[in-house]
Amino acid sequence: MTSVRALLTDSRSVVGLALLAGFALFGVFAPLLSPIDPLAQTDVVTTRFLPPLTVGQDGIRRLLGTDALGRDLFTRLAYGARISLAVGLLAVAVSLAVGGMVGVTAAMIGGLPERALMAVTDAALAMPRIVLLLVLVTLWQQSLLLVVLVLGFTGWMGVARLARAEVRGLLGRPFVEAARASGQGAARLLMRHLLPNAATPLIVAAALGVGNAIMLEAGLSFLGLGIPAPAPSWGNMIANGRDALVNAPWVATLPGLAVAVTVVACNLLGDGLRDALDPQSRLASRATPRRPAAGSSVPPARPDAAAAGTSP
Amino acid sequence: MAGAGIVLLVVTLTFSLISLAPGDPARLWVGPGAGETELAAARRALELDRPLAVRYVSWLVDFARGDWGASLAQQRPVAHVLWDALPHTLVLTGASLLLTYVGGVVLGLLQAITRRSALDTGLTVTSLLVYGMPAYWLAIMLVLVFSYGAARFGWPAWLHFPALGVAGLDADFLSPWGRVVDRLRHLALPLATLGAIGIAGTARFVRGAVLDVRGSGFVRTARAKGLSPQTVETRHVLRNGLLPVITLLGLSLPALVSGTVFVEVVFAWPGMGRVMVAAVGARDYPVVMAVTALFAVLVVLGNLLADLLYAVADPRLRRGLS
Repeated sequence: MTSVRALLTDSRSVVGLALLAGFALFGVFAPLLSPIDPLAQTDVVTTRFLPPLTVGQDGIRRLLGTDALGRDLFTRLAYGARISLAVGLLAVAVSLAVGGMVGVTAAMIGGLPERALMAVTDAALAMPRIVLLLVLVTLWQQSLLLVVLVLGFTGWMGVARLARAEVRGLLGRPFVEAARASGQGAARLLMRHLLPNAATPLIVAAALGVGNAIMLEAGLSFLGLGIPAPAPSWGNMIANGRDALVNAPWVATLPGLAVAVTVVACNLLGDGLRDALDPQSRLASRATPRRPAAGSSVPPARPDAAAAGTSP
Repeated sequence: MAGAGIVLLVVTLTFSLISLAPGDPARLWVGPGAGETELAAARRALELDRPLAVRYVSWLVDFARGDWGASLAQQRPVAHVLWDALPHTLVLTGASLLLTYVGGVVLGLLQAITRRSALDTGLTVTSLLVYGMPAYWLAIMLVLVFSYGAARFGWPAWLHFPALGVAGLDADFLSPWGRVVDRLRHLALPLATLGAIGIAGTARFVRGAVLDVRGSGFVRTARAKGLSPQTVETRHVLRNGLLPVITLLGLSLPALVSGTVFVEVVFAWPGMGRVMVAAVGARDYPVVMAVTALFAVLVVLGNLLADLLYAVADPRLRRGLS
């Protein structure tokens, strides 16, 4: 309860949550907010590159204008929010599952298997994530599922290291020893004692990881390697807008802003969550208010930072 | 030693990924119109008819000897392709690393000193926003403002930057000094993109680290025993607060690599990132493998350097070493 209250009194997490909720609602209610089909192309010559707030010849007001094919940008942004948020959440879920499994297994088994698992983790971390993503994405047919899986399977290393460190720390604690001494099996020990106590840094890492995954998905789509066209992804919207930068600067500007705001929201939420869930850092942040992400093991989301292996 | 092991694992991982992937490189190579005999010849040429383990070992030996094979798309040695691209990437990453560190440390310290002032709040919000921006989008926005915008609104020439490439088309006809200026002007926007994002992250980090140290026990002790505020700030707060910045060097190298990939694509900067993206698009596996391995080596070296610097900067570790 106290952590929920701490979360809701922290201005960062409130702003982050509000922004993310806004985008989620924007995506979910996309069909209600805009009657236009995100893929619809009518008469391209009369509807393309309409600036924001203009009314086209067809009498429809274009709140945010149209792109090179006369598709409505407001509508595409809303449907793009669905893709971005879904990809972000699903990819992080995959990362958490894989990384958690590797980290917990390593910590509980120990010895040579632990060293081997961690060596593979470190090797995977040494590859810049974008390079790994590029290699993986081109090996298979492009699809939404592939993007989710590839982002998930390149983001688990940070989680694995966090999970292993947490579980190892817990294994030496008296309450875990007591649970063991009372004859609890490994599974029960894991579910009842280890995972609940190891969850905090993982939750924080997950919040930051979502922002990260969203930025990377947009990046891959920007390179034409992510969500296949014509589906409206913020990344391929930016790429499309790049070709018309001089005539229609809004086409590239708006989806980029959407990505930036979403990533900032995830970072704010992650910062707030860390302080709310971790009493120690809550005290520290009271001593030095509005402390940014530094000083903790989890820097804020950035595809690059993830490659460095500190968030999924 | 551990670094070499990691590089080996990275290379192995890449090799197995590419080998396990569906699709036949030989078929891609010869094209759809080829007959069975041509396909078989291509397989032999690409050594696809040999067992996987043999291919792996021979590839590894060749790779270690510096024989990185031939690019399938460009029909010339991979080493030449990379050799042409590497200097451009090193210039861009080196300059942005320098800018990131100097700018980030200065801004972070400024924020820590003026904590909770309007300046600090403004910089905090700005760095948060910039840090959330995708590099390729920021790059496009800079092009929009400083290339197209500057041209349209008739800004002075020194505020008008080229959007593409490393040098102008007329570079060969310029004086030596003019050529340097031309190069620097081409570097401006890519550098600004990587620098802005890097500075935002570093400033956040430095501010937090310095404030963390300032709140700690030994600083209180130093103040309590009557040291002047200046001595406390420089000898105790700064020295300890800036230590983690060295770790950031190791952490920010992969960051830089990934920023470089996008920025090079947007600005048509002929470096390693652009080579990688082009090779990936053309399924040019020898180039992909070499670039991947090279990036991994770069990251491992960066981490090694950070560890060594840390040992030099932190007397506690130095004593531990000797």
